[in-house]
Amino acid sequence: MTTTGDRPVAARVRHLTKTYGSGDAMVRALDDVSLDLVEGEFTAIMGPSGSGKSTLMHCCAALDTATSGEVWIGEHELGGLKDKQLTRLRRDEVGFVFQSFNLVPTLTAEENILLPQSIARRKPDREWYDSVIDTVGIRNRLGHRPNQLSGGQQQRVAVARALAGRPRIVFADEPTGNLDSQSGAEVLDLLRRSAGDHGQTIVMVTHDPVAASYTDRVVFLADGRIVDELRDPDRERVLEVMATMSVAVAD
Amino acid sequence: MVRTALKSLLGRKVRLLMSTFAIVLGVAFVVGTLVFSDTLSRSFTALMASTVGDVVVRPAGTSGESEPSARTVDSSLVDRLEGVRGAARVDGNVTAFGVFVVGEDDKVVGGQGPPSVGANWNDAPAGHDLEGLAIIGGREPERAGEVVLDSVTAGEGGYTIGEEVHLVTSGKQAVLRPTLVGVAGFPAGGSLNGSTLAAFDTRTAQRLLLDGKDAFTDIWVTAEPGTSQGELASSVRERLPDGVEAVTGDEAADEAASALQEAIGFLTTFLLIFAGISLVVGGFLIVNTFSILVAQRSRELALLRALGASKHQVTRMVMVEAFVLGAIGSTIGLGLGILLAMAIRTLFGRFGLDLSGQSLIIAPRTVLAAYAVGIVVTMAAAWLPAHRTGRIAPIQAMRDDVAMPESSLRRRLVAGVVMMLAGGAALAAGLADAVPHPGWFVGGGILAILLGVASASPVISHPFLAAASWVYTRLFGTVGQLAGENSLRNPRRTTATSSALMIGLSLACTMAIVGASAKASVDQTIEENFVGDYVVSSLFGQPFSPRIARDMGRVEGVEHVWAQRFALTGSGPDSQGIGALDPVAFEQGIDLTMVAGSAGALRDGTVIVEEQYADEEGLSVGDTYDVDLADGPRELEVVGIYAENPILLFPAVTTPQTLIDAGYRDSDNFLIIDTDGSSPVQDELEAVVADQPIVTVKDQQAFAAEQRGPIDQLVLMIFALLGLALLIAVLGIVNTLALSIIERTREVGLLRAIGVSRAQLRRMVTLESVVIAVLGAVLGVVMGIGFGVALMHALRDEGLEVIDVPVGQLAMFLAASLVIGVLAAVLPARRAARLDVLRAISTD
Repeated sequence: MTTTGDRPVAARVRHLTKTYGSGDAMVRALDDVSLDLVEGEFTAIMGPSGSGKSTLMHCCAALDTATSGEVWIGEHELGGLKDKQLTRLRRDEVGFVFQSFNLVPTLTAEENILLPQSIARRKPDREWYDSVIDTVGIRNRLGHRPNQLSGGQQQRVAVARALAGRPRIVFADEPTGNLDSQSGAEVLDLLRRSAGDHGQTIVMVTHDPVAASYTDRVVFLADGRIVDELRDPDRERVLEVMATMSVAVAD
Repeated sequence: MVRTALKSLLGRKVRLLMSTFAIVLGVAFVVGTLVFSDTLSRSFTALMASTVGDVVVRPAGTSGESEPSARTVDSSLVDRLEGVRGAARVDGNVTAFGVFVVGEDDKVVGGQGPPSVGANWNDAPAGHDLEGLAIIGGREPERAGEVVLDSVTAGEGGYTIGEEVHLVTSGKQAVLRPTLVGVAGFPAGGSLNGSTLAAFDTRTAQRLLLDGKDAFTDIWVTAEPGTSQGELASSVRERLPDGVEAVTGDEAADEAASALQEAIGFLTTFLLIFAGISLVVGGFLIVNTFSILVAQRSRELALLRALGASKHQVTRMVMVEAFVLGAIGSTIGLGLGILLAMAIRTLFGRFGLDLSGQSLIIAPRTVLAAYAVGIVVTMAAAWLPAHRTGRIAPIQAMRDDVAMPESSLRRRLVAGVVMMLAGGAALAAGLADAVPHPGWFVGGGILAILLGVASASPVISHPFLAAASWVYTRLFGTVGQLAGENSLRNPRRTTATSSALMIGLSLACTMAIVGASAKASVDQTIEENFVGDYVVSSLFGQPFSPRIARDMGRVEGVEHVWAQRFALTGSGPDSQGIGALDPVAFEQGIDLTMVAGSAGALRDGTVIVEEQYADEEGLSVGDTYDVDLADGPRELEVVGIYAENPILLFPAVTTPQTLIDAGYRDSDNFLIIDTDGSSPVQDELEAVVADQPIVTVKDQQAFAAEQRGPIDQLVLMIFALLGLALLIAVLGIVNTLALSIIERTREVGLLRAIGVSRAQLRRMVTLESVVIAVLGAVLGVVMGIGFGVALMHALRDEGLEVIDVPVGQLAMFLAASLVIGVLAAVLPARRAARLDVLRAISTD
């Protein structure tokens, strides 16, 4: 495990294990995973299908509970929180971007972006909101409903929604999975700049080496364990690691 | 394909069961009604068959339907008929209604509906050698002061053989206290259906019921074995004097039964109307359920199309599901309907119509009707959504979000407006009485308007939904906004769901207005026209002894007693009433506004006529009024025409003596007591009738309350039935909400993921439910007011002059709809709040 230097940690995972089923049918989705997610860093979690990367993200994001181990977001340990506190934590500390956008179809783009704050009955920070809208580049689309937007635009609205609440950490689950390469590149660039310019902590699950190359750090998962890690990756190095991984799996 | 359809049905058991509920209720109503009316008519047919001889000899012009009159055949005729060829025996009967048995608890036994019969005892066998009533305990009555009761009446009255029985009659001798010497019953099983029977020896019966005439109300001639009823009747006819006729027992029984069938027919129609309402309301629920189910499965259906299923096959698959659902609903409804029939039978038993002796008749037609109604309604309702599935393109299987093709809103608006206009025209025509069967036009018109509004309501409800959304956003912030937007998202579904409630409530409102107006009219009429201080009437509108009027006239403080009596004239559908009042009443204080002639000119053999009736019949002073009295047609001279007056209950009024001369019994129906006003005399008046529980004394308020009573009862009964339609509507909301939450699983999951709490989610669903319910209530109340006022307007001529809109009650309906909305949301909201966030997001 690499050191984190002096920078504070946004989220921390300790000895996380998640199993499904029992006895012979037991599946270990996560097997004693420990990981620090440093503030302001854009991290990719990669791995083949079934490696546990989505489960890891869901556990980190307070969407799923682990079988054993600890997950910390800031100073909160998730295992000790009740549903109400988890709901508040998701609302205040976490942002989400999903593969299938998941915008509320009855609301306009702007209403979708402000939804978490208005549910919390908080006044949005106008200045921050403006800078997010500019970063995302959808100012002329704010009054439109999701079905009037292209996929790329919808996903950018979703990113803006995740960023608008200034969460401690943003989780993105295959955010480019449903997009063409052009729109995908725009969304990835957007995430990249959010981390770089605004110091936003972002964790992205992906199996696309190109997507991974936009990040600061790639964590490789296989069979529920962290097997490798790259800093400042580029596409070739990611492919190299993946190739060795598939050899290892083949062995 | 059929197997695919069945599998998909099984996968959605709970949802489908909920939508079946509407079918079940509708079918249950139909089945309950049919089973009960079949049972009732079989039971009466059986009773009727045992109350006629092989040949019945009676005064000409009498028919089996009217009550026995005072017209008789001479007793010498019995001897004359003894020798007729083919006659085994000849028995004279004395029968009269209005002989009440008062139980030991001082309450009248039976009496509501089924007649209270007084008769002479004989053991003549009924037609076709049916065993009639027989003495099953004690002995026959042999002399004055002895009586036989039927076993059910004796049991209910608490009388055993040897005890003194309390009887009240409408004859000269108002109260009788004979000794019970025997109990009669049907040894082979059977019942009098709630009628009561008090039988005396022939002499006593003639004295009590025929004012001592040595005569019979009819004569039974029993056929010898081998002689048919027809043969016997023709040989009897040869020996009959003028004015007497002979009919076969079968004819007489049919006459009597058909009169009853007509009376039962009203009840059957009434219940079937409610069956229809619940089926229409249920139809909406089914359309909605199928639309949603199909929408949810649109991907699956598109996949089937992509795999090569034709449009036709996909549509047929949905129709097969509807068929199975309809069949299941019908089966459950059939069972429930039989239970319902049992419940109705028990209910009627409590009102004195005892049918426990007759087992329920489940005719093949009933079973057929159950399945036909259930399956046809379900399939018809599923047809639209099924047809829409055919339009799903195969390519949509590959897409993430599949939008179901929808009918165009413009087309729905146009169709709705056309239906509303047609319905309005039919309603107006029906109300104006300008068409044959106006009732059908009114009902059909109302239905067409309701369906038209339901069809157009996605468009016409938009302002309401938008306003609700605006209000929600102001009041409840984002959660309110989400709820409001959800209701606007699919206006077809929102309005279809509220349409069910709309129909139920509009009918309830109509009834509330009709009921309130009828009551207000009654109150107004009584207030304006109540003369005197007390009225004396009998419980079942039965006549009572004239002695009561005499005795009350002697009470201190009473100035006048005005006695009114009524008689039925004519027969069958032409039968009418005629009233009679001593003309001295007009001098003493009953103030008639005369249009022509004078009330004081009323003498025996003359008549005064109400203005409108005179117009209809083309009568003016000096004309003759032709009327069929008990002893035949009479011509009464019209001596006056008066403006409508509620004291005179029949449009033609003659003198009491005229009726007595025409063969009617000397008894009163209604007394008006005028006092000098010095002190209340109610107690003294009541003392006069203390031994006659059927006769009551009332002041104005009590009289008004009594007149309102039947209206209240009827309205309450209709409300209870409409309550079922409302229950279906509520289930419709629950069903639609639950389904649309399943449909929006992913969205709900997203809301949870970005921090919407469970409480907020529940609130959102509740608000959506309330908007649906209130929309239905508002539409329903508005239309109910329209229907109610239109109906009352049309009824103005019938004497219902006041139109009263019970604002409080209507406001209560609206408030109740809020509660309905909140309650309907409980389960769907809980379901939404319990959704597992992770599963909700990853759902496909």
